[in-house]
Amino acid sequence: MNILDYIKNNILILDGGTGTLLQEQGLSVGELPEEWNISHPEIIQKIHQSYFDAGSNVVATNTFGANLLKFSEDKLDKIIGAAVENAKIALASSKGNQEKFIALDIGPSGKLLKPYGDFDFEDAVSLFSKTIMLGVKHGVDLIYIETMSDSYETKAALLAAKEASSLPVFVSNAYGSDCRLLTGATPAAMATMLEAMGADAIGANCSQGPAQLAPVIEELARYTSLPIILKPNAGLPEIRDGKTVYNVLPEEFSSEVVSLIDKGACILGGCCGTTPEYISKLSEKCKCLFPAKRNPKKITAISSYTHTVEFGEKPILIGERINPTGKKRVKEALHSNNFDYILKEALMQEECGVQVLDVNAGLPEIDERETLNNIIAEIQAVCNLPLQIDTSNTNAMELALRRYNGKALINSVNGKEESLRKVFPLMKKYGGVAVALTLDENGIPETAEGRVEIAKRILSVASEYGIDKKDIIFDPLTLTVSADKSSARITLDALSLIHNELGAYTILGVSNISFGLPNRDILNSIFFASALENHLSAAIMNPYSREMMSAYYSYCALNSLDESFENYIGFAANLDTGASNLPTLNQTSTSSDIATLEDAIVKGLKDKARELCLALLGEKQPLYIVNEQIIPALDRVGKGFENHSVYLPNLLMSAEAARSAFEPIHDALFSSAKSSQSKKQIIVLATVKGDIHDIGKNIVALLLENYGFSVIDLGKDVTPQKILEATLKYDARLVGLSALMTTTVPAMEETIKLLKEKAPLCKVVVGGAVLTKSYADKIGADFYAADAMETVRFAEKIFK
Amino acid sequence: MSTFTVLTKNYTLPQIDKGEVLRFMGCKSENSEINSLFSRVEKELPDKSFGKVCYSIFPIKKYDDYLDLGFAKPNSQDLARNLDGCDSIILFAATVGIEYDKLILKLGKSSPAEALCIDAIGNERIEALCDIFCNDIEGELLKSSHALRPRFSAGYGDLPIELQKDIFNTLSPHTKIGLTLNDSLLMSPTKSVSAIVGIKKQQV
Repeated sequence: MNILDYIKNNILILDGGTGTLLQEQGLSVGELPEEWNISHPEIIQKIHQSYFDAGSNVVATNTFGANLLKFSEDKLDKIIGAAVENAKIALASSKGNQEKFIALDIGPSGKLLKPYGDFDFEDAVSLFSKTIMLGVKHGVDLIYIETMSDSYETKAALLAAKEASSLPVFVSNAYGSDCRLLTGATPAAMATMLEAMGADAIGANCSQGPAQLAPVIEELARYTSLPIILKPNAGLPEIRDGKTVYNVLPEEFSSEVVSLIDKGACILGGCCGTTPEYISKLSEKCKCLFPAKRNPKKITAISSYTHTVEFGEKPILIGERINPTGKKRVKEALHSNNFDYILKEALMQEECGVQVLDVNAGLPEIDERETLNNIIAEIQAVCNLPLQIDTSNTNAMELALRRYNGKALINSVNGKEESLRKVFPLMKKYGGVAVALTLDENGIPETAEGRVEIAKRILSVASEYGIDKKDIIFDPLTLTVSADKSSARITLDALSLIHNELGAYTILGVSNISFGLPNRDILNSIFFASALENHLSAAIMNPYSREMMSAYYSYCALNSLDESFENYIGFAANLDTGASNLPTLNQTSTSSDIATLEDAIVKGLKDKARELCLALLGEKQPLYIVNEQIIPALDRVGKGFENHSVYLPNLLMSAEAARSAFEPIHDALFSSAKSSQSKKQIIVLATVKGDIHDIGKNIVALLLENYGFSVIDLGKDVTPQKILEATLKYDARLVGLSALMTTTVPAMEETIKLLKEKAPLCKVVVGGAVLTKSYADKIGADFYAADAMETVRFAEKIFK
Repeated sequence: MSTFTVLTKNYTLPQIDKGEVLRFMGCKSENSEINSLFSRVEKELPDKSFGKVCYSIFPIKKYDDYLDLGFAKPNSQDLARNLDGCDSIILFAATVGIEYDKLILKLGKSSPAEALCIDAIGNERIEALCDIFCNDIEGELLKSSHALRPRFSAGYGDLPIELQKDIFNTLSPHTKIGLTLNDSLLMSPTKSVSAIVGIKKQQV
């Protein structure tokens, strides 16, 4: 019988732990358990057989750490071959007459993926693919991905399983005592992503005892219709009289596991500390039990690597700011590949209260696929909001969906045959909720009914791909009201019809309504409020607009969607008289006694510095302010740091205040004339390959920018080749390299060698915890900077 | 053949020692700007009291040109001196989690000053975790009149950093406390420590 048919009506019993059993049999410290498939096959077979004899339906092969990081390709093939063979022999020899299956066991790689670690997502996919292909070749019944503590690595493994095989895939994660994965994902977030990607069963294993995993099982069950796996530890290990014992014994363990069948768990087994005795007790207790009846979940949800956002009665705000259309600064950022401005926009929109960020990199002159993918990675490194991937380029969409850590909102698909046939397969493979525009080959229907007809057709094509209605939200399109007086009414009617007739969720890009009219926020916000009254579920909007946010908070307060008016009060009580909803930066201390910009910078007061600079711009030329206020302040602090009367944090706070004063100056220069690009003194900065520390490098970048240098910051863990490419591309005369560890200094040396060979005119300054002057000389650097100010001074010399 | 077990302990850390944090930031004294930086940043951290350790105990033997630590056989005079008179060691790996890395990444560009402060708090936290763990174990050991030697990590003195690979193979900390090692032998989360601690019989 196929395992997926079996679990429809039966509790499936997995096996228990193997690590402790192997040690009892003599596995020594540091020895790789997978080797034993070849060196001690009889012991592995015996352990597998004892689980089948105890009643396990599934035994997982002894391949938890079998991957190319640990073994050569040839060895890996032999190990997996032997592992599968051992399980097959055990299956054949077992007396039990239950249904029996063999799972290929896949554990975590032992490396942390980028951005927090240095392991690339695609490398992880390839790593898992190789193991899975070998497992398939040697003949297993299913893939069991387990003990994963990072959502991104889990995605890589599941994607590999889907691409490398057509076998059923079970996925279970290791949740901590806070019921989250190491990198922050909730069970809801995992359920949302894994179900969307097509896992056949999901759940929790390892890390804790069954009682502690109960809340995880309950949360998974709330979000998924899939069968749920529960494979806990026998509690925690203790050493008693020189022996290791686990504190949950077989009787208690099996009772606690069985008690969670009601909650939805139906694929049951044990992890660390459990033995055939535990499984025997468990399978005995499950003999007359069946999986609990569960209703299919109709939740429309998207997720990030930490949490889900669920569509429902409460409207969802999607920040529209990361889009080059009509936004000079975003265009500039996309062209120059300098995403600092975009990241700032992401964080500022989050602070304004949006739940999702729209990300659009559609500019004709750039490689949208590459750029969109890079922006998404950068945003996900600093901001945990789910993202809406906004592109009409399906190549760009595919890469973005593949690399996105979570289940994304996809903007968009439409009723055109070509669009449906291109987007739905991507959605099926990678998961996602699609924004479906109600237009087709004939354009946008002029009636609400016409738009609903297209919506119906979109749903019918979706069902051909096995995509559920819950994963489609409709955009009945906002047209410019000044061009057609009736257009607003038609859109509003379409919202109601889609809600009432199709029971589907809706979304609108609100701002388009007011195109060509003055003071657009006024019209936008009233239209937004009307749309909400007509069941709009989500809006792509400008969260910096006070009117828009007023409409949102008021609507929620008036419709019992704001418990005790907390959000409304939080918003309205703090409104100043200005027209913007922009958050204020953190104020360092009481700043009423600070009179000059120079003092504000010296004291490190960001807001005050910006405010004073704006006031000064009314009276003075930008360059006057720079020369008479900002530079003298930086000099005071810089000299203080050099003679040890100012500490590093103070130096940095001043630098940040200076930067915040530079912003309005930059805007003023930008609007008056093109800034003099040609005169820019360009410096390339990077933390070298293999090193993931970038605080020091960021400090240097900030100070260099303060002193007027143009910094190309390549980030951390950067290859020599990439540093060379940037140096040549920008014709940089100075490169700054940082390394924190002795183990990464060789990468620095390699980089310098390459630069000296291919870009001989460029000077190299190095710094970092382990470096010294003599070491820097030895590896061929032109200058060793003990701190950030020394780098500034060296740069001043170079560019003199 | 002897078996070994890797045990896991969760700890709740005490209040942050601000003096230590300032020291890690390179400040010899306080001033109002630094104080407000510290209190602002402290609020950003969701869980400052979290700490996890996994460890195992090994009997050791000393030979002329190497040490048999039970999980590896390094040649290190400095470690040998540190373990003088010890007949066993605790091998442990500890982490205060990924939140510090996340925040450092988030604040790195917008506010290096805040990132520096988070980094310093992370350093103070992981040191506090190691102290609390060692005190805890020492408390247990004192009953049998044993005491602990100072912690010694791979990369200290002449103990090669490459020993990290053996430590990670032995403890498998990625499945126990979520701690991983990269190709450059750096640990992620970065606010983590792996170390060897000698156990020495007390003279009564």
